[in-house]
Amino acid sequence: MEFGLSQEQTMLQDSLTRFLGDSGSLARARVFNANNEGRAPDVLAGLAELGVTGLIIPEEHGGVGLGLLDAALVSEVLGRHVTPAPFIGSSVLAPLALMRAGSAGQQAVWLPKLASGAAVAGVALSEATGARENAGVTASGGRLSGRALFVIDFEADVYVVADKAGGLHLVAADAKGLTRTRLPTIDTTRPVGELNFDNVEAEPLAAAADSAAVVRFLIDTGRVMYAADTLGAASAMIDQAVAYAKERKQFERAIATFQAVKHMCAEMAAALEPCRSLVWYAGHALESLPAEASVTACHAKAHTSEVGTRVAKTATEVHGGMGFTDLVGLHYWFKRIGLNRQMLGGPEAVREDAARLQALAA
Amino acid sequence: MELSYGAEHEAFRREVVEFLQTHRDQAPGSGRGASALAWQKLLIAHGYAGRTIPKEYGGYGAAPDILKSRIIAEEFAKAQVSPGLGGQGISMLIPTLLEVGSEEQKRDIIGPTLRGERIWCQGYSEPGAGSDLANLRTKADLDGDEWVINGQKIWTSTAHLADWIFCLVRTEPDAPKHQGISFLLFSMKSPGIEIRPLIDMTNGHSFNEVFFTDVRVPAGQIVGKRGEGWKVANAILKHERGSLADPNVMLSRLNGIKELMRSETIDGRRLIYSPVFRDRLMRVEGEVMAMRCNDLRLLSGAVNNADVGIAGMIVKLQTTELRHELERLAIDVMGEMGVLYGEGAPHLRGNGSWQWNYMFFLGLIIGGGTSQIQKNIIAERGLGMPREPKLAIG
Repeated sequence: MEFGLSQEQTMLQDSLTRFLGDSGSLARARVFNANNEGRAPDVLAGLAELGVTGLIIPEEHGGVGLGLLDAALVSEVLGRHVTPAPFIGSSVLAPLALMRAGSAGQQAVWLPKLASGAAVAGVALSEATGARENAGVTASGGRLSGRALFVIDFEADVYVVADKAGGLHLVAADAKGLTRTRLPTIDTTRPVGELNFDNVEAEPLAAAADSAAVVRFLIDTGRVMYAADTLGAASAMIDQAVAYAKERKQFERAIATFQAVKHMCAEMAAALEPCRSLVWYAGHALESLPAEASVTACHAKAHTSEVGTRVAKTATEVHGGMGFTDLVGLHYWFKRIGLNRQMLGGPEAVREDAARLQALAA
Repeated sequence: MELSYGAEHEAFRREVVEFLQTHRDQAPGSGRGASALAWQKLLIAHGYAGRTIPKEYGGYGAAPDILKSRIIAEEFAKAQVSPGLGGQGISMLIPTLLEVGSEEQKRDIIGPTLRGERIWCQGYSEPGAGSDLANLRTKADLDGDEWVINGQKIWTSTAHLADWIFCLVRTEPDAPKHQGISFLLFSMKSPGIEIRPLIDMTNGHSFNEVFFTDVRVPAGQIVGKRGEGWKVANAILKHERGSLADPNVMLSRLNGIKELMRSETIDGRRLIYSPVFRDRLMRVEGEVMAMRCNDLRLLSGAVNNADVGIAGMIVKLQTTELRHELERLAIDVMGEMGVLYGEGAPHLRGNGSWQWNYMFFLGLIIGGGTSQIQKNIIAERGLGMPREPKLAIG
């Protein structure tokens, strides 16, 4: 029995941490934001070099062939460093859609490009978890019409699109009739956007026996990835709050000696540490415990979001006025956690999903 | 990640299940009657109680195997069969003696204690020594070959049922406070002991105040040397990692709330169809699930001797607070029905266990190191934050 990370998994996190540390995580995120960049080619190239872009793609298609727990561990490190790079859409959900629902030909075309970082894939999945503003995409005769909001990894070359009937499609970013609009959000490290389809040519991803089940699996996986990103971001915020409290002096002593401040930090750590165990379990369950995977993914997303939101607030407060400034930059993590919370279902929506899955709702 | 226990342990699980099927009709209810003592003997003989205690001291003598101990606990809980006797003699004194007791103490005390023939209480806390336990004042002076004990203990669980007490007393008044304490053992039938019940908010009588007036105890009834009592009392702390929580109990309480929500109605409508209550239920479920995963991580850490960092330090704080909140949800689900209490109350649900646990777990939030002390420990030992500077006195 072993509930924990293997040596290889720890090494994966360590090597990624070294790379992101060297390339200056917050500094790079600031430049990305200031220049309104769509992609950070240097960061993407580094991630490709480390095998992160091809993490879950089979070796025969140029990837590393690792699992979804490994992907969650990468997501955690990216969140920890507020890394301005595509991952959840382009390196996890899109490859997964191709691997589970794509034809051999589609896999042979796209998987090597995603693995090498030569192409980025966006994922339009928001409406499958609850449509706002009557958005939604319908497929007819190989063409798509309608609207998809909150597309993940929006600055992409190709999109995986879920339609209203549970079908999945591939759409080129330059397809005729496709209008792309970036949606500015609080989180400036990961672009999201809106796609408008006016009779757009699309390739169906139709090799799966049950396409709706694949969509469900993408949602579950995406939720675990966002939970992991929040876990990383929140633990970085706790570390910064603790370090700041040890440094900052008021009333002739480090504020870390005040119990009021200490207890804020202890509460954050005590609430977040079980989330780490939960995210590991949920990442493991996706591929190894199929009967539990969906409910566990819901709880990982909802609970980690709730704790993450509390940590984001409290860690900012520990910094006093400086926490509110751009100077310290703590708000990059605050906003990353804020975006993760809402994507693919906020806590209430996801908990309702967990209740439905257990036949507890009407 | 490998969550299976493996072939050897699954075979062991089958043995336990088989034992339970064969013998479950002999299992006692609550209490310490003759059937409980007979059951305890049977469990020791099969290695389901006193499992790792050496044979010569009255145990079963198995090599420590954390997973096997876990399997025993899981299967007894699943079968809702008594896992044998508990109490502070078995859970605290025996491990302490195994760690630091003399050969004579091990031979004389462990066997009868394990078999339930000698019941113990623990004399640690005092009115002026709660969170600051080392501040205790009950004193023992050596007079010839006897200690003479004077002072008061409080929160003494089961003192009114106990045959003996293991007690921290101050024997070296001039030494620094942690170095002036000794660990004594003596009979609760000794002249000069007065026990007063301390009724708790559940109406229960488990706690007592115990007063000592010139209680005379043979000088040899000491564990460790004079002044080593603090070390003796802490000798078993290192075994305690993660042992406090049983997330499986929490899970079965959670399932109880689901049942309650399926059966309870308001205006004829089942509570499970109330989105507000359902959301609270799912919220608690997520938290329980997180603590269950955390527990698996601690178990794995103990089995594989791996460092689990802060994950162990947070268990007392998180589980007691969560359990209190969980019981609260059940009370709210019942609405006005939730305030019913006391044996035989009309309309009472779950035998009043929801209110009882709700209050009892508030006690556990405070007892054994308050939530505030837990937060200090997490901040100082877990996060490396500095201690509060001591006030300059005088």
